[in-house]
Amino acid sequence: MSAGPAIRVRGLRKAYDGVEAVRGIDFDVQPGEVFGLLGPNGAGKTTTVEILEGYRARDAGEVSVLGADPWRSSSAHRERIGVVLQHSELPPTLSVREVHRMFAGYFERPRPVDEVIELVGLADKADARVKTLSGGQKRRLDLGVALVGDPELVFLDEPTTGFDPSARRTAWDLVRALRSLGKTILLTTHYLDEAQQLADRVAVIREGELIRIGTPRELIAGAPEVEIRYREEGREVVLSTAEPTRVLAELTGRALAEGRELEALEVRRASLEDVYLDLVDEEPT
Amino acid sequence: MTLFAHELRTQQLMFWRNKESAVFIFVFPPMLFLLLGAVYDGDIDGVPAVDRLVVGILGYGCANTALAGLAITLVIRREGGILKRLRATPLPPQTYIAAVLASTLLVFLLQMAATVALGVVLYDAAGPESWVALVVVLLVGALAMAGLGVGLASLIRSAEGASAVVNLVVLPMAFLSGSFGSTDGYPAFLQAVSDVLPLTYLIDLVEDAYVRGQSPLDDLGAVAVVVAWGVVGLLVAVRRFSWAPRER
Repeated sequence: MSAGPAIRVRGLRKAYDGVEAVRGIDFDVQPGEVFGLLGPNGAGKTTTVEILEGYRARDAGEVSVLGADPWRSSSAHRERIGVVLQHSELPPTLSVREVHRMFAGYFERPRPVDEVIELVGLADKADARVKTLSGGQKRRLDLGVALVGDPELVFLDEPTTGFDPSARRTAWDLVRALRSLGKTILLTTHYLDEAQQLADRVAVIREGELIRIGTPRELIAGAPEVEIRYREEGREVVLSTAEPTRVLAELTGRALAEGRELEALEVRRASLEDVYLDLVDEEPT
Repeated sequence: MTLFAHELRTQQLMFWRNKESAVFIFVFPPMLFLLLGAVYDGDIDGVPAVDRLVVGILGYGCANTALAGLAITLVIRREGGILKRLRATPLPPQTYIAAVLASTLLVFLLQMAATVALGVVLYDAAGPESWVALVVVLLVGALAMAGLGVGLASLIRSAEGASAVVNLVVLPMAFLSGSFGSTDGYPAFLQAVSDVLPLTYLIDLVEDAYVRGQSPLDDLGAVAVVVAWGVVGLLVAVRRFSWAPRER
């Protein structure tokens, strides 16, 4: 197979009716890697993924998926990718096994259908009609159908949006299982914890631009570590600092000298969530 | 070929498994025939009533299966994201379209046989004068109706509205084209509408084949009108058809 990155994106741009949804982003995904595209709704994640899946044409930039241009992809190319869309139904009157068989028939070398059904945890539902499945079970079915062709690369567009916590954990286990099969995975999510749990590397997108890229650990490197909050004359004051001891001593020293209380004083470590929210909330310059 | 066979089998499984639509598409026209056959007797337009009704219902069945049924199915699959999902698989779109068409034609051929058999067995209909001409005419008609069906599906925006919009087109057309009896007593303006509808010409061709055993080659003008409507539908589809839901 082709050497080099599984996905390569350079200067990708896409506008809808003059509004730029994606404004020149670059990234690579290595074979075997789980790569997360993280960002709020409307940041351009789905547009990017749909260009990589071959659903949309780009306005500018270079895109290579498994060595091919997805917009001009052949059947042979589609043999190698699996897709889980954000919203898509499957034939409601067919059974879980029948839907897997239907999709397996489109591929030259499918995985055994029952093995895939087992893998996504639907073995006891193999003969149930699709319309009788719960939301979480339908999502597993989407995943099974994406895997039945035994793809090298799997796209997961917001695989757990709308899940309850236990369904989400099950889905996470599934993605980890995929990774252990050696699949390259590109997933989009607007949940930071999901990206942290699953992704080897994460790219944060905001308003169509890639504002940070790295391992989940690197993402928060350099961020202020501690946040001090208190109230002064009815206004909330928030100080972020890497030197909490000095800042606190100054604050309390001044307050003691003036004989007043630091109302609602709170000192806490900034969580990943805070860092992420700061990142995506920053006004673009 | 194996891919085509696989997809045709899948289409058939989906069609017959969906009871509501199978009843509407497959059972409804023969059922109408049974009701009308119990009401009419004597002649319609100089043809024994039951044979004229078989002819009319074959025309209606053709529009109901290949236009209405196909359009509703495509809109529901498009809006549900099934078509979009299929586009990401190695299944070539032309194979998919061919299988959907073949499946539709298969259902319609079975329906045609059932309608003719009901007429012959229950109401002493004469049966077709020329089976070959009848099947050829109906296959051409079904392909033209399918062209209109794909065109109409491209114009419908939501799955909820699909059935209503499609029947608003197909039922009046069937009525005006004489699917359910003679149009001779209709006011002139309705007959003027009838004179441009593809189903009017298709029913003429079916009557020629069924009653008189005439080949469609004897009335190429009527064939041209039917085919032209199918081409119009296809042209709309080429401009407007989308695999993805109409969200954006």
